[in-house]
Amino acid sequence: MAKSFSIKRQPGFATIAMFCFFLLYLPIATLVVYSFNSGMSIATWEGFSLRWFESAWNNQQVVEASWRSLQIAAVAAVIATACATLAAIATTRTGPYRGLTFKYSVINMPLLVPEIVTAVALLILFSRVKVWTGYSGLGYLIVAHAAFCVPFAYMPIRARLESMDLSLEKAAADLYASSFQTFRYVTLPLLWPGILAGLMLAFVISLDDVVITEFVKSGGQDTLPTYMLGQLRRVVTPEMNAISTVFLVLSLAIVTLFFFLSRTPQKDNE
Amino acid sequence: MTDTRTTAAHGGAIGLHGIKKWFGTFQAVDNVSLEIRSNEFFTLLGPSGCGKTTLLRMIAGFELPTEGQVLLDGVDISRLLPNQRPVNTVFQNYALFPHLTVSENIGFGLKMLGKPKSEVDSVVKDMLKLVHLDGRGNNPVTQLSGGQQQRVALARALAPRPKVLLLDEPLSALDLKLRKSMQMELKRLQLETGITFVFVTHDQEEALTMSDRIAVMSTGTVRQVGSPWDIYDRPAERFVADFIGETNFLEADVISVSGERARVRLSSGAEINATYPEGITPKGKVTIVVRPEHARLGSPGSGMLEGVLDDIVYLGTDNHFHVKVDGGSTFIVRQQNAKSGPCGFSEQDRVGIAINDDVAQILRD
Repeated sequence: MAKSFSIKRQPGFATIAMFCFFLLYLPIATLVVYSFNSGMSIATWEGFSLRWFESAWNNQQVVEASWRSLQIAAVAAVIATACATLAAIATTRTGPYRGLTFKYSVINMPLLVPEIVTAVALLILFSRVKVWTGYSGLGYLIVAHAAFCVPFAYMPIRARLESMDLSLEKAAADLYASSFQTFRYVTLPLLWPGILAGLMLAFVISLDDVVITEFVKSGGQDTLPTYMLGQLRRVVTPEMNAISTVFLVLSLAIVTLFFFLSRTPQKDNE
Repeated sequence: MTDTRTTAAHGGAIGLHGIKKWFGTFQAVDNVSLEIRSNEFFTLLGPSGCGKTTLLRMIAGFELPTEGQVLLDGVDISRLLPNQRPVNTVFQNYALFPHLTVSENIGFGLKMLGKPKSEVDSVVKDMLKLVHLDGRGNNPVTQLSGGQQQRVALARALAPRPKVLLLDEPLSALDLKLRKSMQMELKRLQLETGITFVFVTHDQEEALTMSDRIAVMSTGTVRQVGSPWDIYDRPAERFVADFIGETNFLEADVISVSGERARVRLSSGAEINATYPEGITPKGKVTIVVRPEHARLGSPGSGMLEGVLDDIVYLGTDNHFHVKVDGGSTFIVRQQNAKSGPCGFSEQDRVGIAINDDVAQILRD
């Protein structure tokens, strides 16, 4: 029997693959390793210690910035996911109509517009709003984060809606469910994993943002990434590595959860 | 009304008046008018793409007719939403709610209608019994076999006591044996509940087995409506005769017409009686149909046609004899194997074909 083509049997496949993984993960591995360095250097190994984790934990600024990051990410992710859910339903549960493609583009625009443009635009807008209202709290950061998180939350929700069997909603309508009841009792329960996945993706994206936050934040509103950026300009200690490591673990945990939630639930097994 | 089966049965009557349906430039249904009677098992039969499912979806409310009306017990329901019609559907792929249990699926319709929980529970219990799924109520539907899912879909559609139950090729996903038993099951449910069933299928045998009446459809139009017997023995046109079962087509000349019969002369010169469809007066050259089991094979000169036995196909219960009739065409005779052993004919024999009395039917052209 003739063997079919397989990329795995091409010469050098394994080598190239290993090399790519190596390049991708070597810097991160180095960063994690040096977070356990007992010395002051992020390049010379002096022995194992947890002192930088301890030092970060006791650093009031780090704790405050982390807490602020989490608050902003949580609220922004909820707002973004709610908008994304509505957008996803509107773009998948109506017949094709003029302007649908345009709508897709508008929803996904934040992915394409250079972040720096959005950042400057928001800076100008919010500085006006600040003058008018006098409000200068975290609200601006939350709104800004929610805005650029929408397309990320939108993607898994739309994917889930598109893979859903449309005859289920038809069956519900056939069984006397109004359109709201159909949504409440059929669409929403089946969409739930997609919504959670969108929520977590939005959360991680918000947690990670530097550019827009840097432009929009007022004094004393550092998030963890902007705080770290500020620190790097002064003195670099393995404390940065320790914070990054914790960040990494948190993100990995969320991504893992995302993976399990976005897997299609059990199909008919017979 | 808690016990659903003691409630006086009333199936709704459906009237389709001049239904036309266009999808863009494609016409799926072309001027269909049908009366589906109360309490009957009515089948829409036709090849795929003939418009039968579109017609069903217009009764359910998933599609709106471009022109024409859908009446339920004389009331125009053409523009109502699906959830406003006392009509339920059994979907081809069942469309069971995967996040709900068997009982929750069956009770869904009643819950949406706002029935109290006690009533929902008691109806669900009755329904589980009706479809032989007692004790499976708390199972997730995803863990059921195809046949069981099919029965849940039926119970779910029957639970709200619809006036009409619509079935969209519900048996096509089942294997042959299960399909046979579900056919009996469906017929039983229809008789027990007294609900009007409108069944869509492309399987002629299924249609003949279960239906009170059948509408044969092709390219968006209804070609013939009648009892299974009418459709099989008295097909009105070539499409119907050809789509249902095996058929011999013969050319003939009409000699005379008296009452419901016409006297026709076959190419061999023999004369036989033939019935003809309503609404035409046969004359001149016509095509007649004779089912293979309505003719007998005999010695040459014994029948109405003569020819050479071309092929014998042994099918266990029957033999199919393919006879090359003098003059060109092939005529198939089907004879039951009432005895074991050889059939008494061999290939290349000269044989005669006798056509039974009162079996030939003239086609509308």
